[in-house]
Amino acid sequence: MPPLWRPDMPPSEITPERTYVRRRDFIAGGAAAATGLTFALAGCKPKAAVVPVEPALAGVAPGPFGTDETRTPYKDITTYNNFYELGTDKSDPAANAHLLKTRPWTVTFEGEIAKPQVIDIDTLLGRFPLEERVYRLRCVEAWSMVIPWVGFPLGPLIKQLQPTSRAKYVAFTTKLAPDEMPGQRTGALEWPYVEGLRMDEAMHPLTILAVGLYGRVLPNQDGAPIRLVVPWKYGFKSIKSIVRVRFVEAEPPTSWNRQAPNEYGFYSNVNPEVDHPRWSQANERRIGELRRRQTLAFNGYGKEVAGLYAGMDLRKFF
Amino acid sequence: MATPKHFWSLSAIAKLTIGVLALVPAARIGTLALQGQLGANPIAEAMNRLGFWTLTLLLVTLSPTPIQIVTGWKWPLRLRRMLGLETFLYVCLHFAVYLGVDQFFDFAAIGKDIVKRKFITVGFAAFVLLIPLAITSTDGMVRRLGFARWKRLHRLIYLAAALGVVHFVWRVKSDLRQPVIFGASLAILLVIRTLRTLRTLRAVRAARPPTSPRRS
Repeated sequence: MPPLWRPDMPPSEITPERTYVRRRDFIAGGAAAATGLTFALAGCKPKAAVVPVEPALAGVAPGPFGTDETRTPYKDITTYNNFYELGTDKSDPAANAHLLKTRPWTVTFEGEIAKPQVIDIDTLLGRFPLEERVYRLRCVEAWSMVIPWVGFPLGPLIKQLQPTSRAKYVAFTTKLAPDEMPGQRTGALEWPYVEGLRMDEAMHPLTILAVGLYGRVLPNQDGAPIRLVVPWKYGFKSIKSIVRVRFVEAEPPTSWNRQAPNEYGFYSNVNPEVDHPRWSQANERRIGELRRRQTLAFNGYGKEVAGLYAGMDLRKFF
Repeated sequence: MATPKHFWSLSAIAKLTIGVLALVPAARIGTLALQGQLGANPIAEAMNRLGFWTLTLLLVTLSPTPIQIVTGWKWPLRLRRMLGLETFLYVCLHFAVYLGVDQFFDFAAIGKDIVKRKFITVGFAAFVLLIPLAITSTDGMVRRLGFARWKRLHRLIYLAAALGVVHFVWRVKSDLRQPVIFGASLAILLVIRTLRTLRTLRAVRAARPPTSPRRS
């Protein structure tokens, strides 16, 4: 192919005079186009700024285990999310939240229980009094928040289901709906997302099923209509948008462990002593703060839960 | 006017435009940071964006030669030094945010990061490799080193680019789409160069009469 331009070419050979005399217009137009293109390239994504204000939940009583630490603003809790079903960028879940349909919704309880059943979400919501639980949330990526969840403890629900003696673990599954959740149309993880807890962890009074935050219905990007919250474990254990809870005898597979077994263990208790291969877990950035702060063992809930792991080598069972 | 005729030549305009455009993302990141518009975790966001643009500019810096091979255009070759220095500016900003804001000059933690976390090890190595290239980017340095030696030194950019892509691949948790695009782009650029080198070698060999008869 011959070169389109050489340094020694006279301008007349390149540009017709008619165009040449209008070069200032051309440059101005080009500059405007280039500026537009740059801003497009610079990542002006469709703004997720319009956060739908969810309806308020009635009759929410303050619950135990509270903290008086500064609560992370609603805006940050609802625009900075890891919910790969709705996209892998932190701002994707808020932008794609409207695609997820949360009604009709049922949760199937099955496996090693005397009373397997399928419960409609609105029935489930009315079954237990709602409490506000202000918990620290520590992400495995070394950032953290303080979130006023609304929900109810998982323990009393499990008791109603009457687990058999073979129920040693609880396995949770997120909704599988690739047409509603664009992330499920990619191979970012193996879908559906699955998580699990040991029975005593699931029964622990700190463990809740959350259905709201800041006194309002849970926004989709935070795992609506119902999600797990296990505050002494890294955030990915707190599975979102649950459709199935199965009681099993053997340790169930969990999504991130399946993805990278050397990086994410089944237990995944917050532990500043055991580093993630790619991040130090010794400290964390609290969203909204400039300086990093020390990470606490069991995310500061050691008094409540350390006993669950007595005699276990937490470096081995990370 | 005393201004020489070629002052506003097309290539000068192209260079100025591209040079300024390359600074727009940095200006934008700075502005958004000052306005508090970088989201809930602005430090991580600034680092991610600066890293993204470092890699982008590094690949753009590596493009003029393949562009010339494919299209015959020579004018992009004149942009390489400017683009290389702008890449260096971005990698410095990326590292500065990590050093001064993310880690707050906690050199013990940074040292541990560099030794223990392989994604930081390779990222840091790529950064270090770019330093001598920036230092020797002046005409004076080219003269002092001699062109052949200067050119050999500046081949480090290929290693730095490869390490930069690996840094990104090892950084992401599971969604490899962006790092793979960078990796594939780098591969395409390198393949075009390699093909030309092979063709040149073959042409040279074909033109040269065999020096010794082959034993059969």
